[in-house]
Amino acid sequence: MKRGLLRGRGLQIYTWLVIAWLVLPIAVMILFGFNDTHGRFNTSWQGFTLKWYGKLFEIGDLTQALVNSLVIAVLTMLVAGVLGSLIGLALGRYRFRGAGAMNLVMFAAISCAEIVMGASLLSLFVTLAVPLGFWTIVISHVMFSISFVAVTVRARVMTLDASLEEAARDLGAGPWTTFRLVTLPMIFPGVLAGSMLAFALSIDDFVITNFNSGGTVTFPLWIWGATRVGIPPQVNVMGTLIFAAGVLIALGNALLARRRANA
Amino acid sequence: MSRLRASLTPYALLFPGTLWLAIFFVIPTVVMLSLSLQSGDVVNGYAFTFNWHSYVDGISTYHDQIIRSLVYGLASTLIQIVIGFPVAYWIAFKGGSRKSVYLFMLLLPFLVSFVLRTISWQFFLSDNGLLLGPLKSAGLVPQDFHILATSAAVIGGLAYNFLPFMILPMYVALERIDPRVLEAAQDLYASKAQTFLRVVLPLSLPGVFAGVLMTFVPATSDYVNASVLGGTSNTMVGNVIQNQFLINQDYPTASALSFTLMALLLVGIFAYARALGTEDVLEVAAR
Repeated sequence: MKRGLLRGRGLQIYTWLVIAWLVLPIAVMILFGFNDTHGRFNTSWQGFTLKWYGKLFEIGDLTQALVNSLVIAVLTMLVAGVLGSLIGLALGRYRFRGAGAMNLVMFAAISCAEIVMGASLLSLFVTLAVPLGFWTIVISHVMFSISFVAVTVRARVMTLDASLEEAARDLGAGPWTTFRLVTLPMIFPGVLAGSMLAFALSIDDFVITNFNSGGTVTFPLWIWGATRVGIPPQVNVMGTLIFAAGVLIALGNALLARRRANA
Repeated sequence: MSRLRASLTPYALLFPGTLWLAIFFVIPTVVMLSLSLQSGDVVNGYAFTFNWHSYVDGISTYHDQIIRSLVYGLASTLIQIVIGFPVAYWIAFKGGSRKSVYLFMLLLPFLVSFVLRTISWQFFLSDNGLLLGPLKSAGLVPQDFHILATSAAVIGGLAYNFLPFMILPMYVALERIDPRVLEAAQDLYASKAQTFLRVVLPLSLPGVFAGVLMTFVPATSDYVNASVLGGTSNTMVGNVIQNQFLINQDYPTASALSFTLMALLLVGIFAYARALGTEDVLEVAAR
């Protein structure tokens, strides 16, 4: 099958064209972070400048929105990371009554339309007269991230050898010691991957946040609010820096994995 | 005693996360169902009247938006399959040692906020923007030509935003195909076209199914693309739900529309799973 129906350089060029299409808006975003525009309107190319990197934090409420997003993402990562990992461990390691129902709930949470989730959570908050704001955003982000963490950790747990834990117990380790010294180190890559996924989902979320934010503004919500008045270049710069950080983390991860595989 | 403890362990592990999902995911769905059956307004409060008028009114008023959502969702999903399949195929069979590089490139958009990516498209496609500005001054397209505020812009935006979710599951399914199966087909004198149509394609269907599951739901219920790229004449049911909930605070209508959308998506997915012969949809999807 080295020479199939769809073959040759044509498909390779096609693949690169699709990748170019996917990357195009990112390139535009990065480019216009270097645009020497005056005032807030960043619509046409005026020449190269680095000044927006210097004036990055000059728009107070935009900076606050970015800080909110980061704090919410870290809290989501920690809470959903722990709760989701526990579910993933239970589903991957034990056979018990109710496991099927749990899988179904998680599948529903993963495949449910975001707008339906956001709207129903808002219904609950409105009915109970819960004031919307920072904490309702955190609650909603943990809610939609838990299942993604659980699925990631479950996949990791399923590949592990349960006899190692039995060996630890045979050697006299108690349940907590076994968990701390044997189980946790083994599932840790899954926990880390799941938590990072929760962080990424949280920092990017718009729809569910839009429904449950009240007066609190996150980075995507700020951008959304600014579309009608024009997006200032600082947004491009912040987007560029987040993108660069993501690329570096992914590349670092890949390098580590390669080194570990070679070792 | 320790046996009892061991049998309780999984429940103890599940408890905190399940409680969170129960309170903030399962119960809210019930609350919204009850809201959709109430009447009243935001000033005088709502009373539980258990009638369906919010559904009847909501659907009759906004049937254009509901149908448009389904059409846009379906169109963008089909476009993603057509655009994405050759990419998944090429990476799976010809990617060689650089497979992970290509997959990484496909995932790059996820490192930029969804809203920001869509706004970047708006910027790129605007009437005198980076694409149309030069074309217009060169006289290649008429002055009043525009891409924004058309249904094509919205469908294109939806296809763009969810394409990686379509390619990845298709890639996983194609990558799993044992090359020996393909050799066997050729040893049995199948032509290349036959091998593709009768071996590769059927084996890739679970991936296509997973891809559709991951893209049709978010595309159909999206309102960001319609708002940013579609102007005022291409609104989808998501825009209506958002407006009714957050601006008009007409909770019964908004809830009824949310439930209608959810029901349509569920029916669509199960009908599709049936048609494809995927018996254990949940089983497949849970994996």
